[in-house]
Amino acid sequence: MTDRDRYPGYDVLAKRHSLSWNDATRKAMDARLGVPREPRFLSQAEWATLVAICERIVPQPTSRPPVPLAGYIDQKLNDDARSGFRNAALPPQREAWKKGLAAFEAEARLRHDMSFHCLDGERQDELLRCAEAGRSDASAWDGMEASLFFSEHVMNDIIAAYYAHPTSWNEIGFGGPAGPRGYVRMRRNRRDPWEPVEAGSGDEARVRRENMRVR
Amino acid sequence: MSDDPMTTPRAMRGRAPDVFHPGGWVPMKEYPQREPVDFVVIGTGAGGGPLIARLAERGYAVIGFDAGPYFRPLEDFASDETSQSQLFWTDERLVDGANPLRLGSNNSGRAVGGSTVHYAMVSLRFRPEWFKSRTLLGYGADWPLDWQEMWRYYAQAERDLAIAGPVSYPWGPKRPRYPYRAHEINGAAEVLARGAEAMGYQWAETPLATVSAPRGESPPCVYRGFCRVGCSTNAKQSQLVTYIPRALAAGAEIRDLAMVGRIAVDAAGRACGVHYHRNGAWHFQAARNVIVAGYAIETPRLLLNSATDRFPEGLANGSGLVGRYLMTQSNQAVYGVMDEIVRWNKGPPSLTITEHWNYEDRKDFHGGYCWMAQGPLPVEWSAALSGSRRLWGAALREKMGDYNHQVGLKMVGEMLPHFDNRVSLADETDRYGLPIARVTYSWHDNDKAMIQHALGEMQRSLELVGARDIWRQENDTNHLAGTARMGSDGKSSVVDADCRSWDIPNLWICDGSVFPTTGGVNPSLTITAIALRTADRICELHRAGDLRF
Repeated sequence: MTDRDRYPGYDVLAKRHSLSWNDATRKAMDARLGVPREPRFLSQAEWATLVAICERIVPQPTSRPPVPLAGYIDQKLNDDARSGFRNAALPPQREAWKKGLAAFEAEARLRHDMSFHCLDGERQDELLRCAEAGRSDASAWDGMEASLFFSEHVMNDIIAAYYAHPTSWNEIGFGGPAGPRGYVRMRRNRRDPWEPVEAGSGDEARVRRENMRVR
Repeated sequence: MSDDPMTTPRAMRGRAPDVFHPGGWVPMKEYPQREPVDFVVIGTGAGGGPLIARLAERGYAVIGFDAGPYFRPLEDFASDETSQSQLFWTDERLVDGANPLRLGSNNSGRAVGGSTVHYAMVSLRFRPEWFKSRTLLGYGADWPLDWQEMWRYYAQAERDLAIAGPVSYPWGPKRPRYPYRAHEINGAAEVLARGAEAMGYQWAETPLATVSAPRGESPPCVYRGFCRVGCSTNAKQSQLVTYIPRALAAGAEIRDLAMVGRIAVDAAGRACGVHYHRNGAWHFQAARNVIVAGYAIETPRLLLNSATDRFPEGLANGSGLVGRYLMTQSNQAVYGVMDEIVRWNKGPPSLTITEHWNYEDRKDFHGGYCWMAQGPLPVEWSAALSGSRRLWGAALREKMGDYNHQVGLKMVGEMLPHFDNRVSLADETDRYGLPIARVTYSWHDNDKAMIQHALGEMQRSLELVGARDIWRQENDTNHLAGTARMGSDGKSSVVDADCRSWDIPNLWICDGSVFPTTGGVNPSLTITAIALRTADRICELHRAGDLRF
């Protein structure tokens, strides 16, 4: 994909001390940014598989520090923070993730005689797509429905972790936290000065300067 | 002492949080556990909140129990989707059926104020005919309520919640002016309006429970757009900042972080109190009346979990209908991309509405639906986009890049009641050792026909305003109802028109679970109107000697 920077120079964290953030928000964001980068719940082997899966579900550009996605999954499992419902065909999330990661690893060994995290991206994608479509090797999945695990956990958990991170907000031009200041200009094509400017073609330098002023 | 509202109760020692001031307190009356209070109300949301306030204002001794924390929004609420999941009921529930529900966020609440703390504030009246949909429209079940009486309670609820709405509402019988002027509409809401006009349909500013001008200690809405994860400015007129403060001022007690696990019944078969878990231990509160207001999952779960030798199938369940006729509302959407920059997250998410298909009967399915403008925040949006279009990898990030150009229309549609859609008890237990709920749901042919109709209409509307890259979110549902339906006899319903259970005269149920049908609009205003009516009826029954104290 083209990694065009649609909101060059925009950093939502620059608003940290503005009226768009309150203490509760600063506290929540500090916790978000301070996520452990090492597993506490998963084993090192499971962690390696998870890191590889995260990189395929949300590939990230090399031009900026990556969002440590696997850290959020491990944190969720370590805290056993649940979503409020569970498809009756799936085990509880801790067991589901452990089973699922073991299954991807087993399938990688079965088909390619290699660890999942050592496969190239194309082969990893192929195994992920098999799980998504329910075409996985059932013997590797120990009775768990691969497609359900893929949609309920692989997709939901990893994608939610990415779009909860300020780095992704910079990327999509989301204004981010907004209280107590809120917004004033509600109509389309109107921008409050504390919202990012989108770059058109050829005006990147001007837009970057403008976005550096977004506070 | 820790002041983490998630772990330590705040409403203790004669005081409760002052929701309008960081660190503030207001005095609170406390009742002894052994002395029966007049009413225990379980749940403090759209049903429980107004009941606690109105009964306390009439001089009754009332305790409101909530399993969730007692927040002060100004200090406790972040502008952040993920951390604000602290407002949701995230304890496990099992889901199955042909169309398993997704729970735990918008259709659940675990806080003093219930899900009104994070609802989208959409405050709509039922179409009058829906109260007699079996007789007048040929589907569902009749309610034992009269729409004209409900119209008066709707007006009372709209005043109590200072609803901001249009000067003239295009659909249904005449209603009084909304107390507050309608909110300015945003770019996404304008797209709905233009689309409706192109189709020849009427549209309106959505009546919303967030103030457009100062009200008491609530400042006007600042359009920050995080409404559905809690309002950190107190503009939102949730139960937490309206009825609950009224209740405290009138002498009610609130017990937060208090999970009721069982309703006790005495030798005569009358409810006599509740067993509840708080501060790490089980307690018992004696009561002359018990009112269950835990919404469509926790209400039947509690009634079923309270089974005794005398009531082996659970309380109030002589009909066998507790947990049955669960309904959700179809919440499908159509999304598209505009050339202009829209920034749909600014302002309340549903600023405009068309109820055209709630009031137009020339269609080949039963029931009605409305649609509203949309403004999901990034996490919710990424889930809709990735789930519906099966997108991940580079393709997902690419499409997410259109966030500020995105627009959408989302329906709230009437699913019909079916016996087999239900809440039952699972074998697994929760942290209190109580069996958890199993929620079984399948769409039926009429539901599917309505969804397809609505998707076609919403898509046409977006096409008419020049949206591109249009796609359908086929698989979303939201509000819940049913599971303890009201009716006119004890064989075909769980409670009567006064929300009084047929089986146990001092056991009442007052929340969305009493709905026999669910209508094509958001349910909260109807729940509140029913609660206001129930409070009045309790007083009348008491006066008439039909209530033992």
